[in-house]
Amino acid sequence: MADALKDRSMLLQKEMLASHMARLEQAPETGEPVVYTFVPGNLTELIRSFGALPVLPEINALQSGMRKLSGDYIAEAERAGHSEDVCTYVKCDIGMLRSGNLGPSGTKLPKPDLLLLSYTGCYTFMKWFELLREEYDCPVVFFHVPYQGDGVLEPEHRTYMLRQLREQVIPALERATGRKYDEDALRHSLGLAAEAEDDLVAVLHAGKRRPSPIDGYFGTVYYVGPMFSAFRGTPEGVEYYRTLRQEVEERAAAGLGPITPDGPLNDQRYRLVVEGPPNWTSFRDFWKMFSDEGAVVVASTYSKVGGTYDFGFRHNPADPLGTLADYCSGCYTNLNLPARVDMLARYIQEYQADGFLINSVKSCNSFSAGQLLILREVEKRTGMPGAFIESDLVDPRYFSAANIKNRLESYFQMIDARRRGKTA
Amino acid sequence: MTRTEVVDWARNQYEDLDFTAARRWLAEGPGRKAGGYLPVYAPREVLHASGFLPVGIYGAGDMLETIRGDAFYQSYICHLPRSVIELAQSGRLDLLSAVLFPSTCDVIRNLSGMWKLLYPDVYVRYIDVPQVPDPASALEFWEGELRRLLHDLGQISGRVPSDQDLRGSIALYNEMRKVIRDLYRLRRERPWDLPTEELYLLLRAGEVTPPEEFVLQARRYLAAVEADPRRRRDNSRVIVVGAFCEQPPLGLIKSIERSGCYIVDDDFVLGNRFLVRDVPAEGDPVRALARAFVENELRTAVRYEGDPDGKKRLMGEQVAAASADGIIFATPSFCDPALLDQPMLRGGAEREGIPCIAFKYAENTGQFQQYREQAGTFSDSIKLWGGT
Amino acid sequence: MTCVVGIDLGSTTTKAIILDENQRVLGRGITNSRSNYELAAAVARTEAVINARFGMVHQRAEELGAADAVGRLRRAFVLEQMLHQLRHLERLTLEEVAHSAPAGLRAPFAGALSEICRRIAAEEEARFTQPPLLRSDFFRDAAGSAFMRIAEEIADPNGVSFDRLIGVYDKCIIRVENEPLDLDFRDHIGSALQRVGNPPGLADAVDMAVASDLTPAATVGTGYGRARLPFPKEQIRSEILCHGLGAHALFPETRTVLDIGGQDTKAIQVDSAGIVTSFQMNDRCAAGCGRYLGYIADEMNLGLHELGPLAEQSRRCVKISSTCTVFAGAELRERLSLGEKREDILAGLHRAIILRAMSLLARSGGVSDEFTFTGGVAKNPAAVRALRELVGENYGERTLNISPDSIYTGALGAAIFAARTLD
Repeated sequence: MADALKDRSMLLQKEMLASHMARLEQAPETGEPVVYTFVPGNLTELIRSFGALPVLPEINALQSGMRKLSGDYIAEAERAGHSEDVCTYVKCDIGMLRSGNLGPSGTKLPKPDLLLLSYTGCYTFMKWFELLREEYDCPVVFFHVPYQGDGVLEPEHRTYMLRQLREQVIPALERATGRKYDEDALRHSLGLAAEAEDDLVAVLHAGKRRPSPIDGYFGTVYYVGPMFSAFRGTPEGVEYYRTLRQEVEERAAAGLGPITPDGPLNDQRYRLVVEGPPNWTSFRDFWKMFSDEGAVVVASTYSKVGGTYDFGFRHNPADPLGTLADYCSGCYTNLNLPARVDMLARYIQEYQADGFLINSVKSCNSFSAGQLLILREVEKRTGMPGAFIESDLVDPRYFSAANIKNRLESYFQMIDARRRGKTA
Repeated sequence: MTRTEVVDWARNQYEDLDFTAARRWLAEGPGRKAGGYLPVYAPREVLHASGFLPVGIYGAGDMLETIRGDAFYQSYICHLPRSVIELAQSGRLDLLSAVLFPSTCDVIRNLSGMWKLLYPDVYVRYIDVPQVPDPASALEFWEGELRRLLHDLGQISGRVPSDQDLRGSIALYNEMRKVIRDLYRLRRERPWDLPTEELYLLLRAGEVTPPEEFVLQARRYLAAVEADPRRRRDNSRVIVVGAFCEQPPLGLIKSIERSGCYIVDDDFVLGNRFLVRDVPAEGDPVRALARAFVENELRTAVRYEGDPDGKKRLMGEQVAAASADGIIFATPSFCDPALLDQPMLRGGAEREGIPCIAFKYAENTGQFQQYREQAGTFSDSIKLWGGT
Repeated sequence: MTCVVGIDLGSTTTKAIILDENQRVLGRGITNSRSNYELAAAVARTEAVINARFGMVHQRAEELGAADAVGRLRRAFVLEQMLHQLRHLERLTLEEVAHSAPAGLRAPFAGALSEICRRIAAEEEARFTQPPLLRSDFFRDAAGSAFMRIAEEIADPNGVSFDRLIGVYDKCIIRVENEPLDLDFRDHIGSALQRVGNPPGLADAVDMAVASDLTPAATVGTGYGRARLPFPKEQIRSEILCHGLGAHALFPETRTVLDIGGQDTKAIQVDSAGIVTSFQMNDRCAAGCGRYLGYIADEMNLGLHELGPLAEQSRRCVKISSTCTVFAGAELRERLSLGEKREDILAGLHRAIILRAMSLLARSGGVSDEFTFTGGVAKNPAAVRALRELVGENYGERTLNISPDSIYTGALGAAIFAARTLD
């Protein structure tokens, strides 16, 4: 976002990320232990309480996508025998590994001391870390977060998770880091996490305003970055979200819209709710297709993959392990389909949307299988028209600008026509 | 009964998309229920003990045009859920009072939620089979899941099974597993006497008929095979890996056999032999069943492999156990579990010098020419250049 | 009179429609799409204007009792346009030769080119004198095939070879296609009138038509996959909306529209006012679209228009599971080698195409009454039959509408949008 206005929060985020990547690069020398894990169900506070650094391969993959590196990585993985049908995050990661393991910001990524397989909301995660284990020959600890098949976290499932944390995850972290479990440190982090979560939620809720001072999808992807990566539960994280909240509240008070790559979007003609991950390889172009038409996304489901905070959940320091279980269970991709429909319908209503859009992503069955039913159910329930477009996470071959633009334009004109009650 | 008679019986069940046999069973007794399950694994003993006929739902293969089913899925998702939805939307699954969805992959997982929305009157349960390698926590969790199922199913059928009932069902499915082991052993030892096409039809029949009937027919078949030895051919021995969920069309299996290969092991309809050993009859049956699962040695794509060398070694072990010459990786298009596993499995196989080929299929593939060619060439190359 | 224009830039053809102030169609124009989008739009519009003027000529001539001659006048006009473009082509090719041919070949090369153009002109003149058949080929296609045929006859492998001739043709035809040329009614109606001997009454009708002012008060353009349509943003409407509105204009009770084009398929639901309420497109993969039939036709050495009638002769539909264009040839050959009859395979292929369309329709919300089928494939009787059957089986009785002018549906919708901008 080179030509966007430099908000202080953006600068903070850049610094945080840069220093984290530097630490990772030094880790082989400094001896800081490194734990790889996943965004859904990320136990950042626990990992950091052991003095370890988290690495999130999904985030590496999406950043490789944004920097146009993923196409080559995927080709490399396919040459090594991976099918064209499977998740492109995995292929991007494998390809990056085989190409020297230089992360998207150009620094070398350290090998993991532990793969924390947070099996939350996605089957592919299991395979991903089985594959990485072969490459890295390091220990893996499997944390099974049961799926909310019936729409709730069942008490037995919570017990199962607690037991795993005590008997598997914590001992594995102890072995990998050489340190003992420090519950006080964990509680402290969880307190900081809750603070930051309050601020994040205030930012997310700002999308309810007219005009919306945030973009709840493209813009929010940046906002949730620190929360979903290494900074939830840290003082830097708290500072970031406090700053961000202030900025958003200032914009809201001044009746301003979000900053997009092409400048502020104050004249908002369409308010949309979006379901599905964004495309990363053409992220800016994709965003532009919305902002050019004056479309602002007021809420999204993807922004809850790393945790759903806007319905009241906060990390609770008083119950450190229980709260981790609660947190993991509530991540978006762990929710059942009816709950996803409910969330979309609720957002459409609470955020006063004019419509909703589903970005169906080829790679990701967890999101995509069932989206056509979600489309019809949400339309039925809310009476709002839904748009349906198709792309991919990080495989540039699966983003067709003309095709998507055509569908988007048709959709916006459809909304216009509905508004006027006749075609014009 | 002759071999042909049993195979015809099996074929009728396989081709019957209306589940006539199951419907007949339901009609014959008051309060009987039918409970469906998707691939790969479901605790059928629990269904059975609760008064349900377990009915395996494997889609409609190439036997039904999917029109409505396609409306629910984008083009990059496998074909199985489309034909399952087609069956459901056309009323063919209205015999089911419950449907279980195991944790095979995200598509099956999400299908459980779709079912709740589409058929709110049907009991739906997602069965999250434990993946943690630690037996203690896995056992506690899994036992809890089974008890939950027993409770819920009992509400529907009006019959919460006693320990006695459950032991009875376990014993019955132990028998079923045994006769399937016998079938697989016989085929492994004398594949010329036991064509895979026939074995396959039997297995599929076993998914939609009462277990007693299947066991009876399977034993008849075994006896008939002993009485009807066939000529041995100079075929290569192969194992087929990857077809544990969306099933290949029968034509594909036939094509492999007719191209000079004996299939001496496979993972077709894997769920019916998921538990490698018999479940013990002693002690608390729920715990016994749960433990049998947790301590089960079966290794497959849909279960986490706790052993770092497990994937690398698996193909070598399976090939050795079957005295096979090579591996055919046959996976459905877009199948995450099979396709993501494959590089690890194949890598391990090739390191041990085991010949492999790989291709993709869909349950409704109509053209078999390419499979014939590939399998035929593979068989020839094994004979020319040697297998393992 | 106030008229408006709608223009639809498709992947293969560009269409234009002119409406009068009562939204009645005055004229329709169609031309082949080309790289200069602005020119393609202009040519289509020009053709629509010509079509409109001929409509006026016909009307006036009827009153004057000279209607019989109009058809002939029209063919004369088309001939004049053809010859004009041919002369331009000749000029460009001669310039090219003078400019870049090896010195020793220049004279024979120029000679050969002029000979080819002379023969094409002669063929066209001869065709004019034959029974009335309004030529429907675009200049590029007609000239191209004639040029190749004659070049093959007169080429000298040791001098002015076939390759050389075609090379020059290829280079110049692009310019002919993409540079503005006077092909308007006014430019050629005079010489066309002369060619038909200036019958009484006709000149009068022509004068009246020439004098009419058909400058549009508003224009709306549509089209897909064009990075930039040659219209200002306010004058563009999505092709989905244009298509929905156009179908509604053709058949006001339409609630569901299916368009199977060359490369994409659209399923559109509209309300009673022609407003789109939902849509689904299948545009990433062209399986089951018109192009697929094109490949099949090529494989079987048949004309595209022959496929449907042949399929209609089938007694037994062969089940085809895939309409992937990449495997079209292989699937066909395998079936034939297994002894299946051509008509049975074709019937299966048509059904497979329609099955894909059915999925799209289901995703968009089903098939409601009335159901309008547009696009090139709608002219295929076997496809229509398969559609009727499948719709009947899955949705029950539906009125199926097909218009002979369905290729203009998008342009018609665009024109109506243009009219509404004046409200």
